[in-house]
Amino acid sequence: MSLLEVTDLAVSFSTADGVVRAVRGVSFAVDAGQTLGIVGESGSGKTVLTQTLLGLTPGANVSGQASFEGTDLLQLSEDQMRRIRGARIAVIFQDPLTSLHPLYRVGWQIAEIIRAHEKSVSKREAAERSVDLLRKVGIPRPEQRVTDYPHQFSGGMRQRVMIAMALALSPQLIIADEPTTALDATVQAQILDLLLHLQMESNTALIMITHDLGVVADIADDVMVMYAGRAAEKAPKREIFYSPHHPYTKGLLESIPSSSAAVDRLRPIPGSPPSLINLPSGCKFHPRCGYVLDRCLTEEPGLRPVTQDGYHSSACWLPLQAAGLSEDAEALRARTVQEGRGEAAAEVFEAEVAGVIGPDGTVAGVVQPDGSVTG
Amino acid sequence: MSIAADSDTLVMVENLVKYFPVRTSGLIRRTVGQVHAVDDVTFSIPRGKTVGLVGETGSGKSTLARCIAGLIPITSGKVTFEGSPISGLSRRGMRPFRREIQMIFQDPYGALNPRRRVGAIIGDPFAIHGTASGAERKRQVQELMERVGLNPEHYNRFPSEFSGGQRQRIGVARALALRPKLIICDEPVSALDVSIQAQVLNLLSDLQQDFGLSYLFIAHDLEVVRHVSDVVAVMYLGRIVERGPQDLVYGSARHPYTTALLSAAPAADPDAAASRQRIILTGEVPSPIDPPSGCRFHPRCPKAQPLCSETEPLLEVKAGDAATHATACHFPVEAGENLAAAGRSELP
Repeated sequence: MSLLEVTDLAVSFSTADGVVRAVRGVSFAVDAGQTLGIVGESGSGKTVLTQTLLGLTPGANVSGQASFEGTDLLQLSEDQMRRIRGARIAVIFQDPLTSLHPLYRVGWQIAEIIRAHEKSVSKREAAERSVDLLRKVGIPRPEQRVTDYPHQFSGGMRQRVMIAMALALSPQLIIADEPTTALDATVQAQILDLLLHLQMESNTALIMITHDLGVVADIADDVMVMYAGRAAEKAPKREIFYSPHHPYTKGLLESIPSSSAAVDRLRPIPGSPPSLINLPSGCKFHPRCGYVLDRCLTEEPGLRPVTQDGYHSSACWLPLQAAGLSEDAEALRARTVQEGRGEAAAEVFEAEVAGVIGPDGTVAGVVQPDGSVTG
Repeated sequence: MSIAADSDTLVMVENLVKYFPVRTSGLIRRTVGQVHAVDDVTFSIPRGKTVGLVGETGSGKSTLARCIAGLIPITSGKVTFEGSPISGLSRRGMRPFRREIQMIFQDPYGALNPRRRVGAIIGDPFAIHGTASGAERKRQVQELMERVGLNPEHYNRFPSEFSGGQRQRIGVARALALRPKLIICDEPVSALDVSIQAQVLNLLSDLQQDFGLSYLFIAHDLEVVRHVSDVVAVMYLGRIVERGPQDLVYGSARHPYTTALLSAAPAADPDAAASRQRIILTGEVPSPIDPPSGCRFHPRCPKAQPLCSETEPLLEVKAGDAATHATACHFPVEAGENLAAAGRSELP
């Protein structure tokens, strides 16, 4: 069994404008020593998802299960959750300045966490452990820095303090929510390196939430791409980057100048993400998708396995082998993207699925309009 | 060093220096130091091309942009626009040049007045410079809106009714209104989601082709800069440490800082990420109030020698490099050299 197993998690908020359906049925699992990258744009639900696991979304309507070491996190009382949060599951947020208390010395703040969870530890021991932790995360002269206030640290050093706090009680799982987004490239590299190094040392599981596919390419084992509160695609890292199936994943990759899929002219995804109050019908990505089928307008696809082993799954009605598109289909697709969704979409589908290419490069079958394949 | 000015050069920046005084608080505000934000920077912006400016927080890239746009006075040096000096001009003297040089800012929320309608915001440049009024102004504004991919019918809406990407398009339309020759883009896409970022980058590239615009493009995202730039300048602590055509700076960087920066930037390509020799620099950018002696990068440089802390290297063309590719380093990186091995400290 996995360390954390989330099944069909849904989170919604009632607001004056209507119900915000932030997370709509997400399932995933993380094992010890593994890194899961959760990628998505603003409003995709990635942050609400993880905050709900930690009981940090008061007032939300939550359903589903989240089994962590055998207990369902969603059923815990506030007291029980407090014992897990910080100790068994630690969080690192994007902005360390707002997560650290400005009026307390960092050493005191680390020691407080230790003493809150381990009552038997003396003040002196806790203070010594704080120094060790600061040393472990690479803060120079930890004996002196431990008595400094957060504002006396630079952005990168503050993030190291946050990591030290996260490690204080040797958690099983660390959730890092955009931990390097506010940092410069050279400092970001230091922090990612540190996280990987510490993870290897203690076999901690890591959930890395980010909008930056570059960070994911660097440190994730598995990747879940989220769109409008759902998983659009889930796969091992290389599969996501080199043979994405979902048009949204493909679109994201083609939007980034640095990705393997980028060409001279970027291919943006047209339009913008939907409002979570007023979601489109059918597949939530269909208004921006270059490959729309009739079915996409009315029925929302669930995750289906794309590969034989089942590790790669995608929530899209397109035939499975459409992942590797032919050049003609690509040219048509580019046209649809430029002109907006229209006539060409149908052509794309036809061009794409006329033949299904098998793993050895031969034509393996023909796709019928209902999505089935005949050999 | 100097660069020959010719008709292909739109803007020349020579030995530009910008210091901000650091003052004590209280009644008598003594100056106790200087922030060396931009220190002796020389480069040029060719007509119709994009110059990318890369650097980390505190490198002085935004200050440099504001100096060129004439938004803040410079301490010393010279900025020339199409042969006429524009640094040190009075407000009135600067006015004709303000039409030619426009800016696009990072934060599409902060750069637009939330209480004014989009049509009025985009129409401001026409009103201020008295180039169009009434129905003619409205027609021109709607034409601009259409050009940048906004629905002209949304003329009477407020900025809050637009998404982040659309707001950045409003900023672009406003910058474009007076048909400037140079647009300074200060982190124009860093607040946008990737799918939207690509839309704005493509728009900027289309406009460049249609109007023959020059861009000074500032970003911390190296891949974005690589994508848009013809020429790239890398800044560190107020100085340009390397400058040259995009393919040379990215393909065969000579300055150890450029090399480290390139190796640190995460590429969205797992195989490339895995095979890359990542150089993890130790420490962080020092304070620009009291920059290090000699080469400013020497305390973090994996190749630093005693000479580096004593003598400041000049930005010059190194042996074997193209005449357009200049590096400020005593010991430039050689092809195939592995800095990752040299620069490793005991802790990540």
